Amino acid sequence: MSISAIKQQWFGNVRGDVLAGIVVALALIPEAIAFSIIAGVDPMVGLYASFCIAVVIAFVGGRPGMISGATGAMALLMVTLVSQHGIEYLLATTILTGILQIIFGVFKLARFMKFIPRSVMVGFVNALAIMIFTSQFQHFVDEAWIMYALVGLTLAIIYLFPYVTKAVPSTLVAIVVVSAIAISMNFGVRNVGDMGELTQSLPLFALPDMPLNMETLMIIFPYALALTIVGLLESLLTASIVDDMTDTDSDKNKESRGQGIANIVTGCFGGMAGCAMIGQSVINVKSGGNGRLSSLVSGIVLMFLIIVLGGVVVQIPMAALAGVMIMVSIGTFDWSSLRNIHRVPKTDASVMVVTVLTVVITHNLAYGVLAGVVLSMIFFAVKISKVRVLPLYVNEGRKKIYYVQGQLFFASVTDFIDSIDFKENIEEVIIDLTESHLWDDSAIGALDNLETKFEQNGIRVHFKGLNGESSRLLNRLGGVSKSAGH
Amino acid sequence: MFKNILLATDGSDHSVRAIEQTIKMVSSYKDEARIELVYAVDGDKSKEDVLTYGDSHTATAKRKEKFLDTIQSIENQGVKADITILHGEPAESIIEYANENNFDCVVTGSRGRNKFQTLILGSVSHKIVKYIKSPVMIIK
Repeated sequence: MSISAIKQQWFGNVRGDVLAGIVVALALIPEAIAFSIIAGVDPMVGLYASFCIAVVIAFVGGRPGMISGATGAMALLMVTLVSQHGIEYLLATTILTGILQIIFGVFKLARFMKFIPRSVMVGFVNALAIMIFTSQFQHFVDEAWIMYALVGLTLAIIYLFPYVTKAVPSTLVAIVVVSAIAISMNFGVRNVGDMGELTQSLPLFALPDMPLNMETLMIIFPYALALTIVGLLESLLTASIVDDMTDTDSDKNKESRGQGIANIVTGCFGGMAGCAMIGQSVINVKSGGNGRLSSLVSGIVLMFLIIVLGGVVVQIPMAALAGVMIMVSIGTFDWSSLRNIHRVPKTDASVMVVTVLTVVITHNLAYGVLAGVVLSMIFFAVKISKVRVLPLYVNEGRKKIYYVQGQLFFASVTDFIDSIDFKENIEEVIIDLTESHLWDDSAIGALDNLETKFEQNGIRVHFKGLNGESSRLLNRLGGVSKSAGH
Repeated sequence: MFKNILLATDGSDHSVRAIEQTIKMVSSYKDEARIELVYAVDGDKSKEDVLTYGDSHTATAKRKEKFLDTIQSIENQGVKADITILHGEPAESIIEYANENNFDCVVTGSRGRNKFQTLILGSVSHKIVKYIKSPVMIIK
């Protein structure tokens, strides 16, 4: 990349990037803390992650203007790992996730993301929203009415304050107001300090303290793979959204590598794996950020605030954070997918619903994506395996032509054979394949089978209208030797 | 005479009215007139469209496709027309685009999709009137 292009990406929009970076930092803090709590680790793990990832991605990311950090999608995947094996295994998993993501980037696997159907992506986003929402229920257990009141107040401020001014992020106003009320009134509600320790220091480099052997690798690999896929999925989706918002293109493979590098660094500095954040990136672009500087500024401001204001941050009541998370989940959910559910094809709608249900039942976004992709493939195979066969008698009923329309492959040959009558009293049959296409061994086998069956009944068979690719396949696999002609 | 006209649309029925009135206005000199429709995609719409269509390029193509019928119907009435898609906060991006390019007149409908939004936030049309330098016409 040329010097001027690099300069443009860094310093083309200094004022907008710095302002947006500050806004994003303020919005990142409550989310990073809340996502740590979802994952079951100290708030610092999420804060360090958001700091490291935002700073590293500013240099190595492929999509300027996109914000990455600790995310709900990734946090949800870690819950079991953290509760069974502890934080050191999470850090090791984070590093392994980074390595896998770099491999994805180097081998340009971003293009395979197109095999993930859009209805699966919509299901993924909706499932993520539902999971973030339900993860907040634990904070309401055994709580008095005051918890509900404070959450309600938080949400009211978040949604109504923008009507007063949009200059200050309303989530920040909500957190400040609700914290002030809770602290001054001394309600005794649980706060961030009750959920874990918050150290006011910069992250330090340290490799995970755990044995490096096959056994640990077997434990962390499945988690790392799920984190890799979900992280890249959300990052590349977010990159496309930022592409669209800024009307510019981005390098998806560079972004995959960048996410990997950021996760490796994060893991070495005591942070949890993260990825790009749709909500924060939208906030960033809306606030005027579109360069690399905004991500750097957001990371540095976030760390600065924690070091300076750490003592205040621990007093933020959980009610305020739960309110913010409910807002995040409402914002994440793709409401248009519900509005239009009666309009999209039934198969697409059911793929979306199955993706969501799988996630809600298994608590694992990666399984949801897998279930959605498999179901879409089945639907696709069913859709494309419909073969139409039109029979037509000629020569006073002594000859019959079958016109075949559709794709002949393993899933469609049974229907194809079933729709042909081998026992008729005719002399000759023509199979017209002009509007068909042979795809595999099963298709060739079906034609062989058909020829044999007709010949057993003393009927001559001719195939006609094979297209170029189909006849090449036929020659290669050596079927229908005698009568494949014109 | 307003020849080079920018028409801000949100794709709603109110914009259809704005288009009809504009065509009526230029009917006496329609060979010389040109209507440029402009549609702004904001952040939430970007998210929605990328989720629906997969990527930015497809989303852009689909948005243009949606306006093809409208453009065709304007051109059928003898007025040249095309569509420009902007990205960003609707009022801001339309104002910037209008002020950067030389239009004889900017036309917009008076109401958006949502009455509540119009009441509380102050409509896009209101901001357009305030900040666009060229003459602005609001179709009731």
